[in-house]
Amino acid sequence: MFGYYLELAMRSMKRNRVLTALMVVAVALGIGSCMTTLTVLHVLSGDPMPGKSQNLYTPQIDPRAMDGYVEDGPMLDQVTWIDGMNLLRSKRGEHQALMTGGAMTVQPSDGSIDPFYANSRYTTADFFPMFAIPLLYGRAWNASDDEARTRVAVISSELNDKLFHGEDSTGKSIRIHGTDMRIVGVIGDWRPTPHFYDLNMGDFANTEDVFVPLSVARELLLPRSGSIDCWGPGGSAEESLEKASCVWLQFWVQLDSPAKAAEYRQFLLHYVQEQKALGRFERPARVELFNVMQWMDYKQVVPGDVKLQTLLAMGFFLVCLVNTVGLMLAKFMRRSVEVGVRRALGASRRAVFAQLLTEAGIIGLMGGLLGLMLAMAGLVLVRAQPAQYASLAHLDMEMLVLTMVLAIVATVLAGVLPAWRACQIAPALQLKTQ
Amino acid sequence: MEIRPILSTLRRHKVTATLVILEIALTCAIVCNAIFLIGQRLDHIDLPSGVAESELMQIIPVGIGKQADSHARATADLAALRQIPGVTGATMANQLPFGNQSWNSSIRLSPDQKLPSLNSTIYYGQDVVRIYGLDLIAGRNFQDDEYKWWDDTAGDDSLSPHVGIVTQALARKLFPNENPLGKTIWQGTNNIQIIGVVRTLTRPNLRDVESNGYSIIMPLRVTMGNFAGFVLRSRPQDRARVLDEAVATLRKQDPRRVFTEKRTYDEIRKKFFAGDRSMTVLLATVCAALLIVTALGIVGLGSFWVAQRRRQIGVRRALGARRIDIVRYFQTENFLLATIGIALGMVLAYGINLLLMVHYELPRLPFIYLPAGAALLWLLGQAAVLGPALRAASVPPVVATRG
Repeated sequence: MFGYYLELAMRSMKRNRVLTALMVVAVALGIGSCMTTLTVLHVLSGDPMPGKSQNLYTPQIDPRAMDGYVEDGPMLDQVTWIDGMNLLRSKRGEHQALMTGGAMTVQPSDGSIDPFYANSRYTTADFFPMFAIPLLYGRAWNASDDEARTRVAVISSELNDKLFHGEDSTGKSIRIHGTDMRIVGVIGDWRPTPHFYDLNMGDFANTEDVFVPLSVARELLLPRSGSIDCWGPGGSAEESLEKASCVWLQFWVQLDSPAKAAEYRQFLLHYVQEQKALGRFERPARVELFNVMQWMDYKQVVPGDVKLQTLLAMGFFLVCLVNTVGLMLAKFMRRSVEVGVRRALGASRRAVFAQLLTEAGIIGLMGGLLGLMLAMAGLVLVRAQPAQYASLAHLDMEMLVLTMVLAIVATVLAGVLPAWRACQIAPALQLKTQ
Repeated sequence: MEIRPILSTLRRHKVTATLVILEIALTCAIVCNAIFLIGQRLDHIDLPSGVAESELMQIIPVGIGKQADSHARATADLAALRQIPGVTGATMANQLPFGNQSWNSSIRLSPDQKLPSLNSTIYYGQDVVRIYGLDLIAGRNFQDDEYKWWDDTAGDDSLSPHVGIVTQALARKLFPNENPLGKTIWQGTNNIQIIGVVRTLTRPNLRDVESNGYSIIMPLRVTMGNFAGFVLRSRPQDRARVLDEAVATLRKQDPRRVFTEKRTYDEIRKKFFAGDRSMTVLLATVCAALLIVTALGIVGLGSFWVAQRRRQIGVRRALGARRIDIVRYFQTENFLLATIGIALGMVLAYGINLLLMVHYELPRLPFIYLPAGAALLWLLGQAAVLGPALRAASVPPVVATRG
């Protein structure tokens, strides 16, 4: 029966080419714009560490002076050196790492490449196991390297391609910021999106090219970048940041169960109370502990413009659908005679309804296919945008299926009212007017 | 024109009429808000910086390894840059408006004030007022002996300079209806006396409309180690050549550095507002697409109605209606539907605007957008219905006599 309905639908569409084309184009435009913006939204609000993000936490404590205190005001997003080191050494989590971002020059030994600038991350050994970073060659450094300030570096595969043509470079040395470091590892394909562990580098920043132990970075005073927030007297001179009343480091901890997270929260509260007793902290004790997705939410990582674009596209799609309902109604009503004849020859209302919905579904399918092409073209345009996230906008299988399903379901739904109206036609009346 | 027959016809085609009304209402609501958003973005993109935009350039160097004597390096670099033909000014400064990298500080009116009065951005660099081309509207510029090196004073507020130049926006906020000259403001524990006021100097990073203009200029020289960049000024037509020569000169002075930026001020502004510009284009495209889809919908349904009412039209023609009467009929019908749609659309437009106000800190939709949106959709409706109406008018009276 379905085959027969398909044939009828094809014939009817051929008969009203212009009207059919109008409907297909309207559905396609709506679907295309919706899918383009939804794909961007989908990519940007994704989980940077699937399967692991619920166990990774960043704490907030407030070491500032009472000056400028507002009850329930915003806390600081980063930690001081002293607090970071205290939390790191207490080793209360499965893994924990203290880190900050930087940027520095790389001088290739190969004379054919000019010195260039690369983003870097200064961190502690647990960074690699905690974030489950895949290593292409070699290994990460360990805690004793942190302690001994061993001049080692882990580099990205892109940098490895650039400097060593993709060969195993472990054991070779790399000259960064005028100092030679021994490469111990090359990381593989790893770009968490968003760049959750340090949003100061840009919410959708690329992974850093060079990773160096934090202790080494401080000893050599490697150039930092990111945000720094200071309070009270005393400056923020680079040499004495360890003692300054400034927050400039990010701290992440892995806690494998909600119970452990609750325990950690208690530990943090005790720590703050202890610091208050010591006179280091002044503000009322308050702590926050965010996991990755809570953190993304709190920092409002998905750009407002992207949400606005999605809303706009949905509105557009709605108008396109209303338009399709109207056109389909016109089309089906024009065929009252045909419907009347079919009904008179014994087709049940149900059969006529099914036939008309099949036609709606085919329009949806064609609209969906055209919409998919429009969405791909739309994403090419998005990728040409200057935004940091632009290069991430790709259609995945999930969105592809969603596009087709949405197109067909929406058009079939749009066809329900017109089809229902069309089957109400009394067969006799239609035949009589002929 | 008699409206009653139109109304009674519409009553018999409730579903189709409702669909047209709904489509017009949705389009009206979305287009009103989208055009409003476009206006907001365009205002934003045109925000004045306060600097001589067509004459400025920026080069950001990064040193390799530790710098021996950064003060001497900066002085020598600047002296060499000033030798380049066409250069009318050269300095090292920490930031430029819309440059994205910013240094900010809380400002208080007394050292023991609990909450800061406002947050301001701080510009450092020698001769910033003259080289940036700022408009000094009150007081004086810094004297040579007031300048210090930033890294000599970092970490010790008592060594910091105690004079500063502020923007008019900041002065008005802190001292409304008072002469700001000679007043003292506090940056942390450092007291700064206001000695001059410039008309406009916008922040490197924008926040909200009110605080975008809060800037202070301090007489501090900065060097490469403080993330500062070179700012050069020349005639607009010399800029490309000056930039190339400047980089070559700096390389010759000290090859141990990498240049992360080398750009004219126009490029800085363009990059900063690129996102807004593409959003404007996107909004405009969606508006156009919406209007086209709605127009096509009206054409489609109009044609359907004409086809359906051929007999009715034929009868009217046979009874003496002129062609123009038939055209008028369809035009009036469309006008009625559009009016109901627009009325509904206005309410919807305000609803959407309220939603956007809550989520995107947008101002209220100004009233003017409503009549403008209404006029647009009336015109669109009339234009779209004209084709079907003319086709209806060409229905011959003889149709009435056929079965």
